[in-house]
Amino acid sequence: MCLAIPAKVLKVQGDVAKVDFGQGVARDVNVMLVEARVGEYVLVHAGYAIQVIDREAAEETLRLWEEILKYE
Amino acid sequence: MDVIAGPGCPVCILPAAEIDEAISLALNEVTVVTFGDVIRVPGSESSLQEAKASGGDVRIVYGVGDAVRMAEKEPDKDFVFFAIGFETTAPSTAIEILNKPPQNLSFLVSHRLIPPAMELLLGVGNLHIDGFIAPGHVSTIIGMKPYEIFPNAYRMPTVIAGFEPLDVLFAISMLLQQLKDGEARLENEYKRSVTWEGNVKAQRLMEQVFSVVDGCWRGLGKLPLSALALKEEFLEYDARKKYDLQIERPRDLMPGCLCHLVMIGKIKPPECPLYMKACTPQTPKGACMVSIEGTCRIWAKHKL
Ligand code: SF4
Repeated sequence: MCLAIPAKVLKVQGDVAKVDFGQGVARDVNVMLVEARVGEYVLVHAGYAIQVIDREAAEETLRLWEEILKYE
Repeated sequence: MDVIAGPGCPVCILPAAEIDEAISLALNEVTVVTFGDVIRVPGSESSLQEAKASGGDVRIVYGVGDAVRMAEKEPDKDFVFFAIGFETTAPSTAIEILNKPPQNLSFLVSHRLIPPAMELLLGVGNLHIDGFIAPGHVSTIIGMKPYEIFPNAYRMPTVIAGFEPLDVLFAISMLLQQLKDGEARLENEYKRSVTWEGNVKAQRLMEQVFSVVDGCWRGLGKLPLSALALKEEFLEYDARKKYDLQIERPRDLMPGCLCHLVMIGKIKPPECPLYMKACTPQTPKGACMVSIEGTCRIWAKHKL
């Protein structure tokens, strides 16, 4: 229930977008709550995008994680 | 160091009375549509799954949008969407209500709010909390601002975190740093999704559709301003009004079940005398053992 999963926006038509959750399958989600643009990643919960993922922040987090994992 | 799950499992905290309402609808010719996690959770006497086994029409969906499409497709049937979940889920309910759903669909609104539950924890004696890890997806909607009171008024270090294992580890290290500094701050580990103001559009839609009211949490009684209810102008979609639902003497806890104490972190599951004896994932006695997000279920799964 707390699950929200990132998906890549493939196509936007009004309040509905086709997105890819990483399985190469296009699925419809409601994007009324966000400004979804093709190529960006949205966070999807129960069929509704609740946020556009901030790419810079995501990349910085990944960098931090990789740095820490290097020390393992 | 001890990391304790708070009252963050949205099906575990549902009071039995609201499950009973859904069951009574399902047993009275209404199709009840809801999330998969809900249907095994016990009400006072039984669950939605048992109502389904006795012939009730109970359907599982991925989101409220599916309920709208079902009601459109089957206009001769009466549908109720059992709308549970925290601030992450409530905006989707608001969207569909504002979209004017078909007449044969109404809503059993059981949404709850997270910050009031965190405040409750601070009032519980002997919990010895040194910091909060606040939930990233609720925070994606509400933003950081509602948590300001925790460091400011309660001197409680608070870090908003995502749900990946490394997110949680980072949040813990940020909390430890605050404790080391002897300071209580509000920090955001989940910057890729959480902003200071949150999803303003989602907040506006929620405010348009719902008022904030007192709400019961399983075994914990009524928490002030912790639930959402439909506003006056949307009462035509209120299943409680439409079907005049009255539940008499609900029972939140089976005899011996200590779910309410597990949910606030007062005890760990093994401290419940029923844990892995009378109560197992195969024979659950309480909501915390039924739901995959329940604390007892998680302990059982990892054989703790
Ligand atoms: S172990 Fe079972 S009976 Fe005990 S608190 Fe957990 S769910 Fe309730």
